[in-house]
Amino acid sequence: MQPETEADLAAMIRAAKAPLRITGGGTRALPDEVGEPLHMAGLSGIALYEPEALTLVARAGTPLAEIEAALASEGQMLAFEPDPRPGSTIGGVAATNASGPRRLSAGACRDAMLGVRFVTGDGEIVKNGGRVMKNVTGYDLVKLMAGSRGQLGAITEVALKTAPIPPVRATLRLRARDDTSAIAVMVTAMSGPFDVTGAGRLPDGNVILRLEGLPGSVEIRAGMLRDAVAKHGDADILEGDADFAMLRDFAAGATGPLWRMVLRPSDAAQMLAGLPGRHAVDWGGALIWAEAPPDWMPDLPPGARATRLRGDAASLPETDPVTARLNAGLKQKFDPRGIFGGAP
Amino acid sequence: MQMPEPDTSVIARRDAIASRLRAALADRDAVLTGPAETRAYECDALSAYRCPPLMVVLPSTTAEVSAVLKICAEEGAPVVPRGAGTSLAGGSMPTSDAVLIGLARMNAVLEISSADRLVRVQTGRTNLSVTQAVDGQGFFYAPDPSSQLACAIGGNIAMNSGGAHCLKYGVTTNNLLGATVVLMDGSVVELGGPMGEGAGLDLLGLICGSEGQLGIVTEATLRILPKPAGARPVLIAFDSPVTAGACVAAIIRSGILPVAIEFMDRPCIAATEDFCGAGYPDCEALLIVEVEGTPAEIDEQLSLIREIAESFAPLEFRESRSEEESRRIWLGRKSAFGAMGVISDYMCLDGTIPVSRLPDVLAGIGELSARAGLRVANVFHAGDGNMHPLILYDANTPGDLERCEALGADILRLCVEVDGCLTGEHGVGVEKRELMGAQYSDADLEAQMAVKDVFDPGWHLNAAKVFPLDASARRRGRHAA
Ligand SMILES: Cc1cc2nc3c(=O)[nH]c(=O)nc-3n(C[C@H](O)[C@H](O)[C@H](O)COP(=O)(O)OP(=O)(O)OC[C@H]3O[C@@H](n4cnc5c(N)ncnc54)[C@H](O)[C@@H]3O)c2cc1C
Repeated sequence: MQPETEADLAAMIRAAKAPLRITGGGTRALPDEVGEPLHMAGLSGIALYEPEALTLVARAGTPLAEIEAALASEGQMLAFEPDPRPGSTIGGVAATNASGPRRLSAGACRDAMLGVRFVTGDGEIVKNGGRVMKNVTGYDLVKLMAGSRGQLGAITEVALKTAPIPPVRATLRLRARDDTSAIAVMVTAMSGPFDVTGAGRLPDGNVILRLEGLPGSVEIRAGMLRDAVAKHGDADILEGDADFAMLRDFAAGATGPLWRMVLRPSDAAQMLAGLPGRHAVDWGGALIWAEAPPDWMPDLPPGARATRLRGDAASLPETDPVTARLNAGLKQKFDPRGIFGGAP
Repeated sequence: MQMPEPDTSVIARRDAIASRLRAALADRDAVLTGPAETRAYECDALSAYRCPPLMVVLPSTTAEVSAVLKICAEEGAPVVPRGAGTSLAGGSMPTSDAVLIGLARMNAVLEISSADRLVRVQTGRTNLSVTQAVDGQGFFYAPDPSSQLACAIGGNIAMNSGGAHCLKYGVTTNNLLGATVVLMDGSVVELGGPMGEGAGLDLLGLICGSEGQLGIVTEATLRILPKPAGARPVLIAFDSPVTAGACVAAIIRSGILPVAIEFMDRPCIAATEDFCGAGYPDCEALLIVEVEGTPAEIDEQLSLIREIAESFAPLEFRESRSEEESRRIWLGRKSAFGAMGVISDYMCLDGTIPVSRLPDVLAGIGELSARAGLRVANVFHAGDGNMHPLILYDANTPGDLERCEALGADILRLCVEVDGCLTGEHGVGVEKRELMGAQYSDADLEAQMAVKDVFDPGWHLNAAKVFPLDASARRRGRHAA
């Protein structure tokens, strides 16, 4: 099924009798999504781009690559840095809240989303938010739709806040003694006035810290930061941020079952010590990606969450009953007939 | 301001409800019913409208909030949550049948973790005192509404409040990691997580900005940030507001990200000069642009900003060279609302527009203001298009308030027409409730009200706010029945 307009889409959803799996590029799907694919590729194109207002509005099926190219030609970017999977669409990025290393400083995809249009399970066309930078008019359904993974509605259009591409980027790279010291480097970097826009550890064990901005400023901060982490190791200062592209793309390139764990940085060292295979750390220690054999389950600290993105679907800890009731209630309101087969 | 007819059966049961509530609270004095006591809660900062609540309850713990809500649900009593009562939209304005729940006693700091860059507080705590609690460790809490000395974190979350520095740091929702929320049936739920994301849907994002209609937030986990090495403002004066607007667009386009770009026009400058004598230049419009970093970084940014500004032939480019000069540059801006309050009664609007439309909208506001015969002063967060036109009126002149409200509605409709919105940070409350239809279709409003159905099926919580009374009538009626 592939609608060409929002009205088509609404009609198809109203007529649907069996579950539909809303599909952008199909690059970020979860194992347990069900239904006939509802391809969003027909609803494509950038509807508005005002660089001087840092605003871009695009239809959901627009390829992420097309958006990145349009932005780059004006010296801009998506600050939340979604990983560029071939075929990925902006609707899929929004519906999965896909956010890369810069989430640490610039926020997630949901934080850059200014407005959405979507079609509910009843075939109603709904808009929320808008295209302006600040908007508290009514409830924030933009956040509700961000990361909703095709459970509540088919997103047809997204308004996004764009950001200038920083003139200069530099990466500090160092080998820390052990997990504890690696996390300590990230915590130090995030706790001082360095304006770090990425902090993680690659599977090869290198801790990487990113600085961006005007040339003089990056140089000053790189020196300060190198001194601040000196007791953990000697940092090399590299031009550019190629290491961060590797970090951002770790999940897409992983093999076998893959766990995504979000936790407090202060719990990260202990978590890392117990991992069974190749892994990477992002978000200053708050995100761990880990390859693991099918029978492995993480032992999570309080407050942490883990999801298995490849292999059999799994999610820890079990959702508490009140949250589960609210999630189910919203699903029931927005998709009363259960037409959308997105993974909960 | 129209409010629904109070539920007389609830009012008739006031004493019975009060005694049930007293029995549920550790401190019997935490339930106030005397007229002198309830009058202190009769309005928020939208002070043209007042109505003492049926009673005021001041719980001290999440468990007490839970017990109170459960009793109110059983009694069918409407509930109005209140932080510090600084809402400019009437968000915490009570009705005569409402139990007002004040969070002021819940002001503890529960945890500070510098390693995880977060602080957990009870939501009655004031915004500024959150920053004060982490200041010693070199951190601050970024969203800084001008009301930060008084307003509470719970109110900030309910309104998704912004501040002068949100151009760089975002608003409340971008800095909120977790919340403990009590639903109307008394159930307690923890939302969010270490990076703000919880299980499944983004319920935390939904709660933030829901104007106290979905649940009462009793605890919040907030992101804290390391203090910048330093900050310095410049003041740039122009002979026309349109040029000032164009300069804002050029700065943003250049790729520099100042922490703040503030705009003031002549009427506003004149009022603040009389009020506090900040020594602002004689000009039609001025910008205050602030950047952060080490002295060398600040110099680097300011030299670029100077270069951009000079292409707009400013009347003056005043760069601060000391703490004292920085303070004076901010002085007029920070006292703007107070200054206007001295010369006149005023109503503060909060529409947001695309920054590219700033010149048209300023001209449009000028025309509307001339037609209405009421003066409008403009002061706003120019970097993000969040305007604060202040309409000056005289509360003692019969009909002036109504004319002022009509002009306000016209200005907000203008904001919506240029693809903007009714409110950028103050919220809808009762004030803009009836204008929602200008921005949203019936289906759009239906989708929002469906969310309230899930969290508060009986529509007890702050129910006569946000949605046009007609649109919400059927749902609110269900609870009266
Ligand atoms: C002089 C002045 C300057 C201002 N400047 C700014 C500014 O720069 N930026 C800005 O964004 N706003 C500003 N405001 C508006 C106001 O300060 C904010 O909306 C603030 O967040 C309200 O907080 P409060 O604690 O006073 O909330 P209240 O007025 O008590 O309540 C506001 C709303 O929140 C609800 N609520 C309160 N606590 C809770 C809770 N714990 N759980 C659920 N719901 C709750 C209430 O029911 C109500 O709907 C300003 C106001 C004034 C008077």
